[in-house]
Amino acid sequence: MALLRQCALLLALLIVFSTPCKVAALEVDIAEVGSNYSSKSTATETSTNVTTPTITTLPIVIWKWHHVETPYLVALWILTCWLCKLVCELNHSITSVIPESGLLIMMGFILGGIVWGADQAQTFKLLPVNFFYYLLPQIVLDASYCMPNKLFFSNLGAILVHAVIGTCWNAGTVGVALWACYEWGAMGNLNIGPLQFLLFGALMSAVDPVAVIAVFEEVHVNEVLYILVFGESLLNDGVTVVLYNVFDAFVSLGGPKINAEEIIKGIISFFVVAFGGSFLGVVFAILISMLTRVTKNVQVIEAGFIIVLGYLSYLTAEMLSLSAILSITFCGVCCQKYINANMDEKSVTTLRYTLKVMANGSETMIFVFLGVSAIDRNIWVWNTGFILLTILFIIVFRFMGVFFLNWLLNKTRLIPIDITDQIVMSYGGLRGAVAYGLAAILDEKKIPEKNLMLGTTLIVVYFTVVLQGITMKPFVQWLKVKKATISDLTLNGKINNRTFEHTLTAMEDICGRMGDNWWTRHWKHFEEKYVCWLLMNSDARKHNDNIFGAFHKLNLEDAKNYVTAGEKKGSLAFIRNDDNASVDFKKKLALDYANFMPDMMSDMSEYDFGIDNVPVVSGMKNQIPSVSLDIHEQDRKSMPDDLNAHHLLEQHLYKSRRFNRPTYSRSHYKSSENPDEMQEIFQRTMRSRLESFKSAKMGVNPAKKLSKHPKKDSSHKPNGKPADPNRTYPYGDEDFEYSADSASSSEIAGHFPRRSTNTPGAGVDNPAFIPEVDTSAPMRNPPWQTEPGNNTAVAPSQRLPWTPTNLRHLAPLRRSARSADSIAMADASVDEEAPEEKPGKHNTRL
Amino acid sequence: MGSTSSTLLKIPNVEELVQETGFSPAHIIRLYDRFKVLDKEGRGHLCPKDFGAIKELAMNPIRDRIISAFFSPGKETVDFYTFVKIMAHFRPVDKDRPKDPNSPEPINSRSNKLKFAFQLYDQDKDGKISRDELLKVLRDMLGMQVTEEQLESIADRTIQEADLDRDDAISFEEFRKSLEKVNIDHKMSIRFLR
Repeated sequence: MALLRQCALLLALLIVFSTPCKVAALEVDIAEVGSNYSSKSTATETSTNVTTPTITTLPIVIWKWHHVETPYLVALWILTCWLCKLVCELNHSITSVIPESGLLIMMGFILGGIVWGADQAQTFKLLPVNFFYYLLPQIVLDASYCMPNKLFFSNLGAILVHAVIGTCWNAGTVGVALWACYEWGAMGNLNIGPLQFLLFGALMSAVDPVAVIAVFEEVHVNEVLYILVFGESLLNDGVTVVLYNVFDAFVSLGGPKINAEEIIKGIISFFVVAFGGSFLGVVFAILISMLTRVTKNVQVIEAGFIIVLGYLSYLTAEMLSLSAILSITFCGVCCQKYINANMDEKSVTTLRYTLKVMANGSETMIFVFLGVSAIDRNIWVWNTGFILLTILFIIVFRFMGVFFLNWLLNKTRLIPIDITDQIVMSYGGLRGAVAYGLAAILDEKKIPEKNLMLGTTLIVVYFTVVLQGITMKPFVQWLKVKKATISDLTLNGKINNRTFEHTLTAMEDICGRMGDNWWTRHWKHFEEKYVCWLLMNSDARKHNDNIFGAFHKLNLEDAKNYVTAGEKKGSLAFIRNDDNASVDFKKKLALDYANFMPDMMSDMSEYDFGIDNVPVVSGMKNQIPSVSLDIHEQDRKSMPDDLNAHHLLEQHLYKSRRFNRPTYSRSHYKSSENPDEMQEIFQRTMRSRLESFKSAKMGVNPAKKLSKHPKKDSSHKPNGKPADPNRTYPYGDEDFEYSADSASSSEIAGHFPRRSTNTPGAGVDNPAFIPEVDTSAPMRNPPWQTEPGNNTAVAPSQRLPWTPTNLRHLAPLRRSARSADSIAMADASVDEEAPEEKPGKHNTRL
Repeated sequence: MGSTSSTLLKIPNVEELVQETGFSPAHIIRLYDRFKVLDKEGRGHLCPKDFGAIKELAMNPIRDRIISAFFSPGKETVDFYTFVKIMAHFRPVDKDRPKDPNSPEPINSRSNKLKFAFQLYDQDKDGKISRDELLKVLRDMLGMQVTEEQLESIADRTIQEADLDRDDAISFEEFRKSLEKVNIDHKMSIRFLR
């Protein structure tokens, strides 16, 4: 079945592809014809004729291919490449063996073959200009923006050593070794001098981040190894380009003119270009961060600023002949923390996804075009010796370089890089598009054997990406490389990390030595004092703390799960049901409730709900005489009110849930999120989470709980307030909670309908359905009411609506600062109620 | 070399110390020098105020807890022997050293490192991190950035995460469980003590 689908897609792809292909053929035709449009009888020609100004009548439709030719071809190629990716991803059993990058290259071969078949020449290939200006920047920006920041900076030393020294080592040794072999006669007669060999070595040393990420992401190696390989490949690109430029300049100068002075200049220029580029990136990062402080009012395009400025940092560096890749890398790495804090959460998501789309899109195109470019007779100059020796040397010298540098690094590293990691690091030296791009911009006038180099580069790319890519996974498994441990985000982890950091710095201070933590600590101090002040808006500064960030994230996650769980159960209406009914509702029902509320209160007033309620409960006791404990009677009585109440409830729901808002706005995101609503959801989430935790902890049967909470609910709401006037409600229920005493009884009314209908139901039914349930079976107990045990597995979300009060105790966000341990308190209340529970339940079920 | 051995001779119980902590003599000498610098009055032991005099330490939000970790309950001083033993908690674990099954658990073992961290929280030494204790640490570390209410909710949530036996406190066992996936050796080691 999957195969069939794959075939169908392939077919579709070919059909789509044939369009640019035909177009390409036509294009060539047209080019041949040049300005002479006259004597062609093909469809296109007739149509182009129409466009000539000598029209006799008004044309209804005009064929204007030439107007759109270039963008149309570009768009079609993008579509084709992405469809290729789609085809590759169809079958996971293939992608688990061959990495996607390799598959895409193979697809590129096929496409290239088709183009060649149609044109007898390669009309499309990856032009270095396009690659460096339109495809590469977003990949680097995405990679650096999504870089695990802390990991990157804590391993920055090792990464830099590998990226700078390792790259120079690779470039030098490969160049020299190839030249030595050439002198020795292993390659026959070639017109290449030692400098050209060095230049070739330089371009060959570019470990490609795209290829590396594509492979390593599937392998899931441990994070230190990952960041070493990834960071190295990213920075290494920049270094390679710099090195390439230096050698290119040497080649242009020519051998005899190079003296010590020039060499020193070359070395200086290497450092100036590399560090200048990095510095420029940091400058742009600061600019971006400062800009995002003030973009609050243009939230729609907020994310665009980062992309544009990132791109500008790339172009500016290029303009100043500094390292563009390093510039955009450091720009992304440095600004991520501040812009994530400054921008709205949605903009951050937008940015992240936009970058991913762009990066993945161009990555796909690069690989496909690496394949397409191969099908070109002109570039293939075969020299077995040269090709094989290149492959041999890049592998051998990479292994040597990595092992040597790691040996040096391990002398000072706290956690040494072990031998298997080193092997994988060496083996992960995949060459990719950067090498190809650099080879493609070689000047044929200066380097006569350009095509040999280009062809060899392509072969090396295929060899490393496809062969090493395929073997990487089994290799990693065979070596038993430490895999990444998937650790969930926990507050414990975050808090303890913080403690550990502080402890370590303290110990270092006590020892009186400057360690790693000394730097971290001082940077943090500096950052807090100056950098954050400069780059973050005040709001973001407040919430900058990452423990709080983790807390917030966990809560958001819970909110999501809560909604999902609710949706699974069939309705989101449970979200609506709450204590937020507004004033007129209360007023109306207050009257009706005067009759039967008292007995509720008396039920409850016997219980002690916790420290902060006691006085008020007693107050209530005085006011209200005890009437009746027969809950069934209450049910019957309240039936009409119940329906009424629901009608009112519906009316007082948040407006956003009705579709009375414009669904499109030019400059704003769809504003469905009423802040109140968000807060409400947030609050409920907290409660539900705590509730589920609670029930799990106590082993309480939810059915039991539910039958008692409503009662508590009704007495509790009005009670809690006067008892604790200093209580603060940061999440916006103030109006409700502080409503006057007169309203309190009506609030009770607000809860009553829920209570009355749900007492027997023990949490299975959703308030949204209550009217139906009531009308269909008003008096008798449905079968599920009699089964107390069947609800043990009710999702927290389902239990929620009936337990607000108890949960209010638990909900940490609303707890008063003065109360004792909330959980203990809640425990107490549960425990105390447990015995009382039985008679109540008994009543219900009789 | 002569100065090294002469310094070593001045330190009491050197061999025992090397044996117990796994420090090299060079480390011990370095720590001894530092100890003497801290011990300004030359009493041969340190008081809390000696630690308080360390300028860099003033920035540390959990300074007091760490200082008090050096002093066993009821004691007002710490001698060099104990000082080194405390520092030994932060020695990285050496993988090369052959493991002697008979030898007692080294001070820098995972669980000892954890115990050290645990007692930073557990100030009343009842073997449990209560909510209040956690709250105090959080207040120290998060400072002004977060409101009291938020602090409390963070504390609640943290306890829930780790609390397996539902006693609203984190026991050492639970503490260790919650950090099961964390590379303690990495996080609680100081490089220059290797």
